[in-house]
Amino acid sequence: MKKQIQILSISLFAFCSNVLAQNNAGLKLPEGFKASLYANNIGSARHIAVTKSGVVFAKLNNPNKEGNSIVRLEDANNDGVAEKINGWAKFGGTGIYIKGNSLYASSNEAIFKYDLNSKDEVLNPLTPVTIVSGLLDRRQHNSKSITFDMANNIYVNIGAYSNACQEKDRMQGSQGMMPCPILDSAGGIWKFDGSKQNQTYKDGKRYATGLRNVIGLDWNTQTNQLFVAQHGRDQLNSFYPNLYTDAQNAELPAETFYAINEGDNAGWPYVYYDPIQHKKIVSPEYGGDSKKEGAAEFKDPAVAFPAHMAPMGVLFYTGDQFPAKYKNGAFISFHGSWNRSPLPQEGFFVAFVPFKDGKATGDWEIFANGFAGMEDGVKVTNTSKAKARPCGLALGPDGSIYVSDDTKGAIFKISYNK
Amino acid sequence: MGNNKVKVFVNIGLFVSCLLSVHFVKAQNLVNGKKIFETRCLVCHQSDGGGVPNMNPPLDGASNVNGKDIARLVKIIQNGYDERVALDGMYYNNAMTANPDLKEDAIADILSFIRNSWSNKAGMVTVLQVKAAIAKNKAKKK
Repeated sequence: MKKQIQILSISLFAFCSNVLAQNNAGLKLPEGFKASLYANNIGSARHIAVTKSGVVFAKLNNPNKEGNSIVRLEDANNDGVAEKINGWAKFGGTGIYIKGNSLYASSNEAIFKYDLNSKDEVLNPLTPVTIVSGLLDRRQHNSKSITFDMANNIYVNIGAYSNACQEKDRMQGSQGMMPCPILDSAGGIWKFDGSKQNQTYKDGKRYATGLRNVIGLDWNTQTNQLFVAQHGRDQLNSFYPNLYTDAQNAELPAETFYAINEGDNAGWPYVYYDPIQHKKIVSPEYGGDSKKEGAAEFKDPAVAFPAHMAPMGVLFYTGDQFPAKYKNGAFISFHGSWNRSPLPQEGFFVAFVPFKDGKATGDWEIFANGFAGMEDGVKVTNTSKAKARPCGLALGPDGSIYVSDDTKGAIFKISYNK
Repeated sequence: MGNNKVKVFVNIGLFVSCLLSVHFVKAQNLVNGKKIFETRCLVCHQSDGGGVPNMNPPLDGASNVNGKDIARLVKIIQNGYDERVALDGMYYNNAMTANPDLKEDAIADILSFIRNSWSNKAGMVTVLQVKAAIAKNKAKKK
């Protein structure tokens, strides 16, 4: 009898924890947090933005099956699940941002502005204003993610259309070009005026350089500073097997998070950041041997994350709902690696970086996990098998945060129970 | 035992050993192909052939990998690929590395492997087919 009760209580516990896990949309969260599946299967959702009334806009990488690449989602009955979903726009892309009554969205070569009415409906879906156009899109690293400072300037990532600026991209034995000619028009962050129409390269300013590809970026309103997360280079072991083993490639280089000041140079393609030696190391395409240190003039990261996890979104938490430790800290989403193969992949979670006095403390932690939908303790081996890959991050008016998934297009809403 | 019977036995024996050797050769081709796949292709196309969404196209279930245009597959392996890939309704952006050093038999083995792995069940590719494909691609260039 005692044993039966034991078995019953164990299975009851298993059942309850299973239900609870499902109640959190399959996510693992710190104590006191809950999650709902706000939307699902809307199409490859890259960045997201939330209005003051709680309407969510998602930018899709490609038009979804309805042919739309911007999706508007509304949860009128406030149950954590959007019931009113519609969309428009034919251009795939990543960036989306709400500033006042304007909705900015980017394709892979331009930034457009839409107007919102008092119900957060778009007034001119077919006739957006072109803010910037003609930005380089050479397929690789072509996401034009955007953020704003407090003076209505736009900061846009123009990723380098290359892995390591070799004469022939991703070709074993091909040398790095010196100086790297890509950097005059890509491989950095450009600044434009958010209120001016029809700008091109000549109207903008290269704000920071030496950044291979930034998808996640956000303005820290507390320190009045741009923060960006860079995707580090790939394939050290594939092209330099005599210098790097598979296991070393899986840990090199770091995914780096930078506090950017105007004119900064993060060093790509000449150096990469080694999170084990805590040093900038000269890239092998530029004569490096995995140990030789790079020039001191290049920027050091504020935080160095494990390699290849692919940071997709950065969000400074300025809401009031979460516990005090989260205030003004940074959430960073990692949609998960592929270049750790043949070793298991890493990432597929949202990390949190605590900030103290406007500076990142290096002690980051995993905030939300379980997006990939693997069994406990099982790692993703093949990237395409991850159920969801966290990408965009946005803050809701009630202090909840939203996380998008850029595979099939789930959106998760994460809240704290007081 | 009559002469004819001996002939029949010898013939059956030859036939069986011929089948076996074809089978053995096929298996050896696939083993070679797998080795090349692991050193050159696995990182991007992944061990399950599933690729990486938006970046590296899948090989498993891909219509063109299982298709009849061997010349195009040979060309991609030899020269790499630096255009946006539109495949089965999805798009992929990463450049593929060229493999100018791969010999014709190695190309046949790698193609045979990727066309007969995971859920793929397309035909084997022979060295003769690869040679013909290279000639065809050269003629096109001119």
